[in-house]
Amino acid sequence: MHKIATTIVDWNAIREDFPILREQAHGHPLIYFDSAATSQKPRAVIDTLRRYYERENANVHRGLHTLSSRATEAYEKSRQRVAEYIGAASADEIIFTRGTTESINLVAQAWGGKFIRDGDVILLTVMEHHSNLVPWQLLAERTGARLRFVPVLDDGTLDLEQLPSLLTSEVKLFAFTHISNSLGTINPVAELCVKAHAIGALTLVDAAQSVGHLPINVRELGCDFLAFSGHKMCGPTGIGALYGRAEILDSMPPWHGGGEMIVSVTLEKSAFKKAPHRFEAGTPNIAGAIGLAAAIDYIERIGRPAIFEHDSQLAHYAAERLAELPGMHILGPREQRGALVGFVMDAAHPHDLTTFADQYGLALRGGHHCNQPLMRRFGVSGTTRASFYFYNTTEEIDRMIEILRDAVRFFS
Amino acid sequence: MIPEIEELYQEVILDHSRRPRNFGELADAAVRVHGDNPACGDEIHLGVKFDASGGLEDIKFTGHGCAISQASASLMTMKLKGKSRAEVTEMLRAFHDLVTDEISEAPKTLGDLRVMKGVRKFPQRVKCAMLPWRAVEQALEQGAGEASVSTEPA
Repeated sequence: MHKIATTIVDWNAIREDFPILREQAHGHPLIYFDSAATSQKPRAVIDTLRRYYERENANVHRGLHTLSSRATEAYEKSRQRVAEYIGAASADEIIFTRGTTESINLVAQAWGGKFIRDGDVILLTVMEHHSNLVPWQLLAERTGARLRFVPVLDDGTLDLEQLPSLLTSEVKLFAFTHISNSLGTINPVAELCVKAHAIGALTLVDAAQSVGHLPINVRELGCDFLAFSGHKMCGPTGIGALYGRAEILDSMPPWHGGGEMIVSVTLEKSAFKKAPHRFEAGTPNIAGAIGLAAAIDYIERIGRPAIFEHDSQLAHYAAERLAELPGMHILGPREQRGALVGFVMDAAHPHDLTTFADQYGLALRGGHHCNQPLMRRFGVSGTTRASFYFYNTTEEIDRMIEILRDAVRFFS
Repeated sequence: MIPEIEELYQEVILDHSRRPRNFGELADAAVRVHGDNPACGDEIHLGVKFDASGGLEDIKFTGHGCAISQASASLMTMKLKGKSRAEVTEMLRAFHDLVTDEISEAPKTLGDLRVMKGVRKFPQRVKCAMLPWRAVEQALEQGAGEASVSTEPA
């Protein structure tokens, strides 16, 4: 099905699905190159949210009335949809969260709190987003565990030659990003999972930058946990998911207490539901989950192989064109790049560049991208990032080059 | 060129960002303040020497950052050198008002600093312009030794 889609996608028609792309910024047509921060939303998702609030809104899992049944059914169907989308064996392996950050914190607190002891090691990489670093620092502080890091090479890839000396028997979890949000590096997830499992460690994959861009099957990747956000893949903000292998989720205690996650409660103690509901205390983001399922439907209609091909082409074209500019330093690997390019220009600081670009309707991101240790690794305080999605075009990239060329002239 | 860009990045600002004045270590500084803007990684290291009455006898800075923060630091050091404590405090208040739009007419006492007025149209950039001023404020408060200041309170 996906293979057929690659040949018939009309990318210009797809732009029509995104109302916001008709917006102007400072009197110029909007060029949105910040999808790695958050993607734009197609009308199908926006309409789904409205329809939910107009026709289905009620609380889930407790009301016996019609609307509550509708809401519950739609919410649980969304969980099933997420499970299928990432190749999970069962919907019970999908916990709805606020996003990647909350998913990782859930693992750090519920799993880490029970299984991590003084002297254990959590292995991370130097390219992790703060969301896959700070929760582990907090866990290490609480438990006496230590953190170790796989270094990053000058070309923006992981220094895999160091893995054997880092992946020792003290390592209980190897948590790493699928695609770097600053470098665009695509990490070899399946290979890393095999190596971690060989020494008995579990694996957690931060899929924030990959889940909307390329096909993902958790059973083929072999990861134990996978965390992602809905809003970077055409879905609403405030919804995301954690995939956890069933037997691992079943071994984990709750992390938030409250309604929805209990079987019975006395004044002294409570009995908890099984996963995933054990981990979803309180009224969940029902509309968000349903909106996320609508985003999945939308993405699947185009097909992830086609999206990946399109996004990669844009990123490679952008890297190629950016290299034409004077004093340009592009971060990250030349081959195998995710849908973004991070760069530093001698002529101007990232914040000056992004302020300049914004006046021409071009939305770039400047700063450390929640990657301060990685910025230090490359000896910069920040970069400028152009990130793409399937609604972007090569013409927009050409326009970016013109604007940046003007910026070089202006600031030099 | 777009008017807002030209207003923000006036020629004077670009000139000071390319060739910052009073840039370097102040060997006999009484107080050194390290200012940083964690949101963007910009840093300024300010050295201040006081005269007998507590005024700013000499002031120099090093660091790195965007054109706005570098030009602001350069212009500030030029303006504040030789000023009394009271004058510095007054200038600080006036400059803050200038870049946050709390005044319609910039006071003449600000002199060259008035070129920074364009910042008020870019609220995300106010911290860049204020970073060196936060550092000098801290220097006055501290009086001696080392101190640090951040645009994001911890």
